[in-house]
Amino acid sequence: MTMNVGIVMLVHTALDRAEQIARHWAAAGCPVVIHVDKNVPRPTHDAFRAALDNEDLIRFSRRHACEWGGWGIVAGTQDAATLLLNEYADVRHVYLSSGSCLPLRPVKELADYLADRPHTDFIESATTADVPWTVGGLDAERFTLRFPFSWKRQRFLFDRFVELQRLVRFKRRIPNGIVPHMGSQWWCLTRQTLSAILEDDDRATYDRYFRRVWIPDESYFQTLARQYGVNIESRSLTLSKFDFQGKPHIFYDDHLQLLRRSDCFVARKIWPQADRLYDTFLGDAPTPAQQAEPNPGKIDRIFARAVERRTRGRPGLYMQSRFPNLGWENGQTADKYSVFQGFADLFSDFESWLARTTGAGVHGHLFAPDRAHFAGGQTVIQGALSDSAGLRDMNPKGFLTNLTWNLRGERQCFQFGPADNQKIVPHLGTDPNAQVSIISGAWAVPLFQSNRNFGDIRTLAAKYQQIEATMLTDLRKPHVKARVRVWTMAEFLEAPMEPLQTIIDEIGQTTGRRLTEAPVMKDLAGFGQFLQNLKNQGMHPYLMGDFPIDPAPKTQRPKTRKPYLVQ
Amino acid sequence: MRPWQSYKLRLRRHRLRIRAVRKRRELTSVADRTGQIAPQDVLVLSTLRNERRRLPHFLKYYRDMGVKHFLIVDNGSIDGSGDYLRDQPDVSLWHTNRSYKRSRFGVDWLNGIAMKHGHGHWCLTVDPDEYFQFPFCDTRPIQALTDWLDASSIKSFSAMLLDMYPKGRIDAQPFEEGMNPLDIANWFDAGNYTIKRNKRFGNLWIQGGARARVFFPEQPEKSPALNKVPLVKWDRRYAYASSTHMLLPRGLNLVYDEWGGEKASGILLHTKFLDTFHEKATEELERKEHYSASIEYRAYADQMRDNPDMWCKWSEKYINWRQLEILGLMSKGNWA
Repeated sequence: MTMNVGIVMLVHTALDRAEQIARHWAAAGCPVVIHVDKNVPRPTHDAFRAALDNEDLIRFSRRHACEWGGWGIVAGTQDAATLLLNEYADVRHVYLSSGSCLPLRPVKELADYLADRPHTDFIESATTADVPWTVGGLDAERFTLRFPFSWKRQRFLFDRFVELQRLVRFKRRIPNGIVPHMGSQWWCLTRQTLSAILEDDDRATYDRYFRRVWIPDESYFQTLARQYGVNIESRSLTLSKFDFQGKPHIFYDDHLQLLRRSDCFVARKIWPQADRLYDTFLGDAPTPAQQAEPNPGKIDRIFARAVERRTRGRPGLYMQSRFPNLGWENGQTADKYSVFQGFADLFSDFESWLARTTGAGVHGHLFAPDRAHFAGGQTVIQGALSDSAGLRDMNPKGFLTNLTWNLRGERQCFQFGPADNQKIVPHLGTDPNAQVSIISGAWAVPLFQSNRNFGDIRTLAAKYQQIEATMLTDLRKPHVKARVRVWTMAEFLEAPMEPLQTIIDEIGQTTGRRLTEAPVMKDLAGFGQFLQNLKNQGMHPYLMGDFPIDPAPKTQRPKTRKPYLVQ
Repeated sequence: MRPWQSYKLRLRRHRLRIRAVRKRRELTSVADRTGQIAPQDVLVLSTLRNERRRLPHFLKYYRDMGVKHFLIVDNGSIDGSGDYLRDQPDVSLWHTNRSYKRSRFGVDWLNGIAMKHGHGHWCLTVDPDEYFQFPFCDTRPIQALTDWLDASSIKSFSAMLLDMYPKGRIDAQPFEEGMNPLDIANWFDAGNYTIKRNKRFGNLWIQGGARARVFFPEQPEKSPALNKVPLVKWDRRYAYASSTHMLLPRGLNLVYDEWGGEKASGILLHTKFLDTFHEKATEELERKEHYSASIEYRAYADQMRDNPDMWCKWSEKYINWRQLEILGLMSKGNWA
């Protein structure tokens, strides 16, 4: 008693596995017609054929040479399907599969499933305009150009010939006004539809047309089934996923549970040496009877993620197999971070205040000349990133990207200033993840409070002013993507709480509360006079804005703090 | 790349190949089992000296991975490594007492052997203290990887060197023959690697890790290169140009994606830092057969005398390849 479903099997490699699969189908009562690629050497083919000679339900069809993207695969399928329909009258559905397909559910379940849907054709079939499946930029053109050259072997000629045809605006006429459709090569058609395609009066016309269409195995049956099919379900019963280059994903032993839970009838492509998969699914271990619909959702997600990883990658990661060109990083750094210039000069407890208020990781001057001042005075932080100035300065950008990568998911803040390594500035500027806040001229406060000779102070002030001016110019260039805020020191001192509130809100770890506690500002009495002294020495400090000589800024905070809530 | 530059690289490749043929004459065959190599076999190539204690586990590790044949050059071992290897059924062994340095650290010898026996095979070139890890290596043999690379038309596969070290003094736990070195040296640095691009050869230049952190903070540009391309579908026209860091033709060095994606890559777990390290370093300092007058070994010797502990608070303990992939040290790429 033969089953209501017959199998057409296309075979070109791993013939031992193909033999195993063919026997499995036949043992369950399904007639099988095998098409062996003509490129398989004769001795190999003969041995394969001899091995299956004793099986009543297995037949071999005329061999065609199959090349990827060529007509041979369709021709082979046509012959095999014709043979199958003629030889086995009981067959109601024909299932097209390959030697690397593996039935995941008992054949009986497939037969029952199809018996319940006697007039349904399962063939994925969509018009080219509606799907983005194509590889190599050819979609509608597959059907309107000619493709005499092989894509794999004669790529140069293939590409040139396509270009030439585009240039002269060559267009083929599509016969009889059929609408080209595309879809998975692996289908399951009813006898009615399939025989209508194979016995069509116009078949010679269609064959002549599709012979020069690119990858006809994805469009021949998909298009013609639309002409005759009564009830087309546009999906494939074979689980087959393609990666971004259009080659099928392969299943290995470790996919066993996934495949089992997918409830699909057939999967491809299986790695020929995946012994456990073959043993499990071809063995007669009783699988619980399922009536479930195929549900490949989880597998879809895994492969979609793989493609995403290959094409987009993880933002902010630089490693041996991901080193994006400038502008292609998909996130120059792994996470948002904030850079503060001048704040720690102006406030004596800025770092601890910031850490308290935002809960972020707050570092000192990461790019200081002596070492990287990590939060909490650590010498090494996450990822075993060292505070050594030498290692950092060898590649400052690498240091910063490592820091954000190692601490991704945790907001990082650090102090910066004109005394630090300035090589990082251009990278800060182009990074949309950077939030840079600058109080320009605030570097003068530590100088003012220091106990140095005035001559040294003057030299340093001139140097810092020049460095900061260069930095500000860099950060105001048109290509800058960082969020940059600059206040002159005078501007800032007029109402310090407002800028602070803005910055804290942007860090965004507090929930829109008003600031209740301000950092402690250093004593600026006499600072105006200090600036005037610099001016008198011929060094004009301008970055701090217009500072009154006297009296001292009115924003001096009283020593007693306002009461605030302890969180 | 300008035509004349590419022409110069081609000349250089030919020089390397001629050199490899010339240097091959320095080798005497001790055990030639290359006749056993079947067309699809994955091969391991290695140069070694006095690694007797490491060998049993080294061979087992790669046999279990699915490697079918080992092509090994013994550079004057006196600890019985040669005798041990000669008796292994799947090892072809060559012996030489000639200079390691003048063979460009063994590269010429291995280029010569690969040219003769590696053509058309996937060749994995590793040192006896390097353990190759690739995505899914706990569930799939190396043939799964090479088949997939073949199907994807990929000819070379990157695996960065990851320095492993023990917690505490590196000589605290003795390493005995047959032991798995990863049982002792199972810590590593996860996120302190920096990368530059070498425009001329197209490869990446990766430095950092525990060695840079501990031994080279003062002269970081001298810290060793960690980028490696150990797995190659060999063709007799190919040549390693400098250790396994870079290859010619230069297209083989393009193992990284430049447009934001991740290509698949692996890791070489480098188990150099065991109690054996001290004697090795002392010996190599006298032989001066290593790179740049053995500068690495000098730095190690100085540092190790005072404080032979490479471990720090943020060291990671090795679990498996998935951990390395999550940390961003290697990638599955689009292999799933």
